[in-house]
Parts: sequence; structure tokens; C-alpha cells
Amino acid sequence: MSKKNYKLEARNLNAYYGSFQALKDINIAMEEKAVTAFIGPSGCGKSTFLRTLNRMNDYIDGFRVEGDVLLDGKEIYTKDVRVDELRKEVGMVFQKPNPFPKTVFENVVYGLKIQGIKDKKRLTEAAESSLRKTALWDEVKDKLDKSALALSGGQQQRLCIARALAISPSVILMDEPTSALDPISTAKIEELIHELKKDYTIVIVTHNMQQAGRVSDQTAFFYMGELIEFAKTKTMFTSPKHDRTQNYITGRFG
Amino acid sequence: MLRVVTSVYRTQYITIFPLRVQERIIEGLLWLSAAITILITAAIIWVLLSESVRFFSEVSIIDFLTDDEWTPLFAEKHFGIMPLVAGTLLTTAIAIAVALPIGLTIAVYLNEYAPARFKQTVKPLLEILATIPTVVYGFFALTVVTPFLQGIIPTLAGFNALSAGIVMGIMIIPMISSLSEDAISAVPRSLREAAYGMGSTRLQTAFGVMVPAASSGIVVSVILAISRAVGETMIVAIAAGQQPRLTANPLVPIETITTYIVQVSLGDVPHGSLEYRTIFAAGITLFIFTFALNNLSFWIKKKYQEKYD
Repeated sequence: MSKKNYKLEARNLNAYYGSFQALKDINIAMEEKAVTAFIGPSGCGKSTFLRTLNRMNDYIDGFRVEGDVLLDGKEIYTKDVRVDELRKEVGMVFQKPNPFPKTVFENVVYGLKIQGIKDKKRLTEAAESSLRKTALWDEVKDKLDKSALALSGGQQQRLCIARALAISPSVILMDEPTSALDPISTAKIEELIHELKKDYTIVIVTHNMQQAGRVSDQTAFFYMGELIEFAKTKTMFTSPKHDRTQNYITGRFG
Repeated sequence: MLRVVTSVYRTQYITIFPLRVQERIIEGLLWLSAAITILITAAIIWVLLSESVRFFSEVSIIDFLTDDEWTPLFAEKHFGIMPLVAGTLLTTAIAIAVALPIGLTIAVYLNEYAPARFKQTVKPLLEILATIPTVVYGFFALTVVTPFLQGIIPTLAGFNALSAGIVMGIMIIPMISSLSEDAISAVPRSLREAAYGMGSTRLQTAFGVMVPAASSGIVVSVILAISRAVGETMIVAIAAGQQPRLTANPLVPIETITTYIVQVSLGDVPHGSLEYRTIFAAGITLFIFTFALNNLSFWIKKKYQEKYD
């Protein structure tokens, strides 16, 4: 038993797409209510690893994992874990904003509705509170019954975050959440991540070194399916232990 | 330097010019084939229209639309199209009632649940259903489905709308399942991931997100299926009977528009007589139906297709 209780842990994790090994013996432990950034060149396995944390890769043909992924100390890759329940605990925000082609309101309450909550008052309250948390309320409160697709890209992405928050997860996974957004929207999302970290454990995959530096507490550097280095963000960006990390951070490759 | 430039210019000029002529000929041929298709369609419509106009100069269009009997071949003639329309709509409704739930379930299963390999095998196999000649379906309805149903519903007549409709439904299942599956597949992957990411089960993802997002494509598939069922001839001619009857009862013999046209064109009705012209009146009614349906599907496709980028 470790003294410290970690929110998310991977132990000797290997992952394969068919015969291709995408993750090699990953060992990592992420703290609660902190932001962990995954960095590394394209195809290094960081997104794959992010997706193993809520089993998003389950439906990909030929994907399999070996080793353990633990959420609050409990193994998530076992038969008795219900994937849909796991994903209510570990929410996800994707690279491209992907609101449902429904109204703004329907988007935010989608997760509650599929859990069978029909009480109009409860849904309305949850929608407002989630939209406030993402600083979207003032912008969309008059457009709740308009199509979510009519919002701007940045608003759509914050709507997707609000949608994820509405089902009160404890972890939020973000897969390059700002790569499709303009700098102002990006700044807003980063600000939001700062806010959310008080209540949620956040894992973010990013290609943007500055972003990793700005938003994260710890950073993990992946290369060719291996976790090369995992440290406090400040430490990693000022005195990385490995040459590869140093080269990547300083932009010498990647 | 200048000489080089001129020579390049010349070679280009010489090689491009003959290409233009070839291009023109090909363009002309393409235009011609498109034009022929349009001309033939126009000719068919013209024949239908001109014969119908002559028909309607003898029979009032109000009688045609309101009379509830269709007996042009009898001594006491009535020219009400409604019994034929009712027969057509009845068999079509039964067919869609069979094909829509089964077709959509298959589409969802193939898209959401089936392993990729299974889908690759089953989808073409299903499409074979659509290649079976309709005359085979017709005899299947008459000699297999009707006797089987008579075991359950003793009052079922030997010729009836029910078994014809059911078998027609089976025939158009692949149309709905295949086109709907295409529509569901065309929904961006990111939407499915969004649904899964929110903790949706497969069923919730399929029916709460994917099917609604693909609804325009699914509606188009259903409209095309209706259009196909309305125009279907062989199955109803063999299994549904030839008795024009204004009824919604699926257990008795009826007649559809198409069946009537077959009946008259095969019979000994003298060319050019009023009886003969009834088939053009029936034909144009049918044409209006399918034309409207096809346009509706085209319109829906156009209006709703570009929902995602």
C-alpha cells in the first residue's frame, strides 16, 4: 500500500492495436485535483493512454490492454466494471468540439437524461450551474433552445466541457481541447482549467508546450509508446532529466 | 533566351489543340447520353399525359377522384380511382410496417454492435434479398406466406393484401437497412465518441444520438422504399388479388394501381377504347405518387444533408 492516495494510476500498462504495441510498460500515478499534461510527438501514445483511462478504446477492433489502470485504487479493466458507469466518473472533452445536433439545453442535460432524470427543475438547475462553471451562462442563457451548432467553436468547446461537468465526474480527460480553437477561446479554456482544478482531477493531452507549462501541475512526456519522464511541470521545463525530453521541449524535434 | 521561350510556347500550342477536339467529342457524347435519358422521360410523360387527357375528356376528373367504385371493364362502368389507390396504400403501409422496424434494427445492429468483419459479410448478403426476382417473391407470398397465415387467421382469403404486403416488406428490408446504415455511418465519429464519453450505453448511443443525427438519411431511405412499394407490381399481381375494393381490411382480395395496369394490358381490351385508356389514367396517378415521393426525398436530402462539416 502506498501512503499517498492517487486518483489515477497505471501499472505496467501495455496497449496494442492488433500487433502494434502503442503503449510500453507505462507506470504513472496522478494526484487528485491536479492538472496532468501529456506531451510528446504525434503517435507517441499519449492520446491512446488518455483513452485507456476511460476505456474509450474499447470499441476499436483489435485493441487490447495488459496491466492495470486504477481509478481511486480500483482496477477499471475488469469484467465487473460497467464502462458506461466508469465514463460518468471519468468525463471526456475531445479535440474538436462535438456538441450533439440538439439545442444548447439538451446538450448540457444529455448525460442526466440518459441516467433517467426527468425532473424539469433539476435539469434546469444542473444546466445553469454547469454553464456558469464554464463561464458560458451569460453568453448562452438566451439561446438555450437554439441549436448548439450555431455557437462559435470556442463556445461549443466550453459547452462540451459544461456537458461533461453536468454529470459530476471526478476526473476530466481533455484530448487536445484547444487545438481547433483561436487564441482567445484557448485562453478562456485554459482559464477554465485553472478554475476546474479546484474540484476535478484533470488530464490534458496537448501539442502546445506553452500550454502544458501554463496549465499543468505535472507533465508526462511520452515517446514511441514509452513514458520517458514524469515530473512536476516546473521541474520538467527547467531541468529535464532526459535528453529526449529536453530536445522535445526546446523544439529540437517533434 | 527568347528562342527557348517561343519554342516552349509552340509545343504547348501544338499538343493542346488536338486534345481540345477530343475533349469536345467526349463532351458531346456525354451530353447526348444525358439528353437521350431526358428525352425518353419526356416522351413517356407525354404519352401518359396525352392519353390521360383523352380519357378525362370522356370521364370527369371529379368522378375519377370521388367515385368509390372502379369497374371500367364491366357493363356498368365506374371510374373511381380510389379503390386502386386504397389497395396500393394498404399494401405499401403493410410493407413499410414490416420493413422499417426490421431494416432500422439491422442498420443499428450492423453499425453499432456487429464486428467490422461481420458487417462486411452480412451487408452484401442482405442486399441479395433485393436481387431476388419479384415474381419469386410473389409466389412465395401466394404459396407459403398465405397458407401459413391462414393457419393463424382462418378468415384470410386466398388472395389478400396482408401477405403481399408482408413479402413486399421483406423485399424492401435491404433498401432501408442498407441506406440507413450508410446514413448512420456518415454521422461523424466524434458524435459517437461524445455519447460514449458521457456514459451512454450502446443502445442509448444508437437510438439517442446516432439515429436522430442520421434521421434525414433514414427518412430518405424510407421514402425511396415507399416509392418502390407503391410501384411494385409482380408481388401484388400474384398474391393480392384483382378485385378493386375501397377497404382498409388487409384480409380480403384487393387490387393496386399497378395490378390493374397489368390486368388490362394483358387482357383483350381493344386498343384505343376508353377501357384501354384507363390504364393511362391509372398510370399517371401512379406516376404522380412516385414522382412526388422521389422529389420529397431529394428535397429532404438537400435540405438536411449539410448539417455537419
